Amino acid sequence: MLYREAGQFKTTYGADQAVFPIRQDQLFIALWLAVGFVLVPLVSSEYLLRAILIPFLILALAALGLNLLVGYCGQLSLGTGGFMAVGAYAAYNLCVRIPALNPLVAFLLAGGVSTLVGIAFGIPSLRIKGYYLAVATLAAQFFLDWVFSRVAWFSNNTPSGSITAPPVTLFELTFDTPVKKYSLCLSILVLFAAVAKNLVRGRIGRAWMATRDMDVAAEIIGIRPMYAKLSAFAVSSFFIGVAGGLWAFVHLGSWEPLAFDVNRSFSILFMVIIGGLGSILGSFLGAAFITVLPLVLNQLPQWLGISISTAMISHLEAMIFGCLIVFFLIVEPLGLARLWRIGKEKLRLWPFPY
Amino acid sequence: MGFFLEVVLGGLMAGVLYSLVALGFVLIFKASGVFNFAQGAMVLFAALTLVRLMEILKETFSPFLIALLLTIAVMIALAWVIERLVLRPLVNQPGISLFMATLGISYVLDGFGQAVWGSDVYALDVGIPKRPIVLFESMVPGGVLVPSEDLAAALIAGLLVLGLGVFFQRTRIGRALRAVADDHQAAQSVGIPLNTIWVIVWTVAGLVALVAGIVWGSKLGVQFSLGLVALKALPVLILGGFESIVGAVVGGLIIGVGEKVSEVYLGPAVGGGIENWFAYVLALLFLLVRPEGLFGERHIDRV
Amino acid sequence: MSTAPSQRHIGDVLLKLDGISLAFGGVKALDDVSFEVRSHEIRAIIGPNGAGKSSLLNVINGVYHPSQGAVTYKGTTYRQMRPHEAARRGIARTFQNIALFKGMTVLDNIMTGRTLKMHAGFLFQCLYFGKARSEELAHRRKVEHIIDFLQIEHIRKTPVGRLAYGLQKRVELARALAAEPELLLLDEPMAGMNLEEKEDMCRFILDANDEFGTTIVLIEHDMGVVMDLSDRVVVLDYGRKIGDGSPDEVRRNQAVIDAYLGVRH
Repeated sequence: MLYREAGQFKTTYGADQAVFPIRQDQLFIALWLAVGFVLVPLVSSEYLLRAILIPFLILALAALGLNLLVGYCGQLSLGTGGFMAVGAYAAYNLCVRIPALNPLVAFLLAGGVSTLVGIAFGIPSLRIKGYYLAVATLAAQFFLDWVFSRVAWFSNNTPSGSITAPPVTLFELTFDTPVKKYSLCLSILVLFAAVAKNLVRGRIGRAWMATRDMDVAAEIIGIRPMYAKLSAFAVSSFFIGVAGGLWAFVHLGSWEPLAFDVNRSFSILFMVIIGGLGSILGSFLGAAFITVLPLVLNQLPQWLGISISTAMISHLEAMIFGCLIVFFLIVEPLGLARLWRIGKEKLRLWPFPY
Repeated sequence: MGFFLEVVLGGLMAGVLYSLVALGFVLIFKASGVFNFAQGAMVLFAALTLVRLMEILKETFSPFLIALLLTIAVMIALAWVIERLVLRPLVNQPGISLFMATLGISYVLDGFGQAVWGSDVYALDVGIPKRPIVLFESMVPGGVLVPSEDLAAALIAGLLVLGLGVFFQRTRIGRALRAVADDHQAAQSVGIPLNTIWVIVWTVAGLVALVAGIVWGSKLGVQFSLGLVALKALPVLILGGFESIVGAVVGGLIIGVGEKVSEVYLGPAVGGGIENWFAYVLALLFLLVRPEGLFGERHIDRV
Repeated sequence: MSTAPSQRHIGDVLLKLDGISLAFGGVKALDDVSFEVRSHEIRAIIGPNGAGKSSLLNVINGVYHPSQGAVTYKGTTYRQMRPHEAARRGIARTFQNIALFKGMTVLDNIMTGRTLKMHAGFLFQCLYFGKARSEELAHRRKVEHIIDFLQIEHIRKTPVGRLAYGLQKRVELARALAAEPELLLLDEPMAGMNLEEKEDMCRFILDANDEFGTTIVLIEHDMGVVMDLSDRVVVLDYGRKIGDGSPDEVRRNQAVIDAYLGVRH
């Protein structure tokens, strides 16, 4: 009977509209933030931070951005990798060509560039839905792949095509150790998540969801599906662009266009599907799941005492991903986030079964 | 002039290959309203199964024939499994869910196919003649060189299109398939067994994938990138319309020729690689102008 | 169950349809239909199935564009209007097959009805402070007023997809009312309801008309409801208008009787 709302009455609409109206939830979040910002950096090894936590945080940001578009607004995009690339290359070019520019500011500007590109590819999406949009975004993906590998200007004319990013600094602080990088990524993620939550619970988020659920009815109320779709594309591309910048600068350090190929797009889409469409928590759960799963699969043969070749492991990985996608679509289309919410519901009555 | 003709013909041949893959998409979309992202994976899987079975059975009296029959059986089984495990549970879900489910299926097929059959490149030889033929000797000095296996591919594709066209328009099953594509519930209410229909559709699509796999595999060898090539079928569908067999053919040809011509004539100016995105950008432009494709139908939403 | 119509103040012509014709391919849905609706009145549209009633509402609303004829609303004549423009001008509607946003709660659905009255900028939305926050709370207050009015407080946080049909219809009415429309189009608001639910719905419609002064055009099959509720009635058959007047006049009109009994004419 720990998790109960009984006795917590809201006397103003303001209190009712709060993000975490239940006191237990407020405590819970405070706890998580404390763990995230303080405990984790203290106890984690460098490997854990570098190989698991930092990629997880950045991909969670990208998944969050994609979820806004796919989950909340119902527009399917297969070009996430391409937009991350836009963010990465934009940030790189800004930093390299304007040396005085702080990389963090460059990330924001790169997000803006990604927004513009997103809108450019999104405008054809106004008249089309579903599969057509998927093809349009796939077009964006392949086209951007090609642009960044063939047009030398973007790589600052580096002959090998592989470029290295300058270090990220803020005033006197350089984010060079894994702990500092982790804290930076976590801060950015929390900030963006707050913005996402605010958007989603207000007028704009409702317009997105209305467009997703029944755009004809939305239009009759006065919502313009065109603007809703474009704004979803814009915000989503911004998030994804910033994630791309972070991925390149903070996680990879140096990269080639292949880092942002169509597989990256699918992987982030899977995060959104498995984690839960239309749920901010879902984006995080999905990102965690997909980041951790390959590692578990890699270790599993050792634990079980059988030996499998790496090639076979990657085949198994593909099969397991595919099965999971189908499984979640059939059993729980609302993903891990829904399972989480069901768990919370049960917790309300715990230890009583009914 | 001769060179241009060669490029165009080469493009047409490539286009035929795209059309073959696109046909599979059209079949499934036409009959169940599902966009089967896994079609490319099915092409690869069918070709892989065939080539490896032929390898295993090479001591028998007719490796190709036996392997072919076995592969057909495998594709039928695959269609049955997909219908049972994926389509049936998702029957009332919106199109997007089914599309993403086929995305999942494609991953499973890719992984499974390579896990079982291996991921090397395999040469496929089913007896299609490979000597180049010289055409148009009277019009162009020296004539135009056309690989005869491409001609064979075009012939096979033509026969397939004809067969499918007849199947849809003239047979009872074909009519049932069109009814199902139009409205699942209405079709059920007149007694059309939805589940059986879907198994049939996916089987036919699987067989089309097999044909495409044989033709592609003979030409390029059976390898993983075959699946990626199938992604090119998406622009073909945009151009031709999702529900039109003729559109799949015409769209494929246009994309094939357009790709080759732009690669050869525009490629050198921009460092090559135009083939990677030409099809998609063309599709994008089409979406701006004529989203339903050349032969597709406009949908009217009734409120 | 009825308020004497003469007690309500019925104003000037609010909506006028002139010679509206609508064709889908070869099918003529509407054929030269003309009538007007006065402010504050309750106008019913009746007719056998397939008569074109829903199409008529769609024309008023801007969902369909007539092939001929014009619609004059509040003095402005137009032929091609987009649905969101109709909303902007104060027209709201409900649908025969419920058009609620299934993925959202009742409260959120009704809040979408207030969309046109929300103006806080994007940046404010991102940070949820200042104008965004105060607007959100002010509109919440308004929406709660409507929720009280329609007695759906107990389900305000329920996802709409989980509600019973009758309640969903009520939520749709709430969403339409949330926009504070001048003209409310109701497409079979009582379809599929039992007697109790119908009585409730009638009461709500009458109250909306009384309290908010909303002009109402409704399509309805239940003759008892129509006769009791409406000030005037329009009768359609095969896309043509065959009757127009007070409920009593229409009831006695031979053409109307024939249409409903299926007499060939």
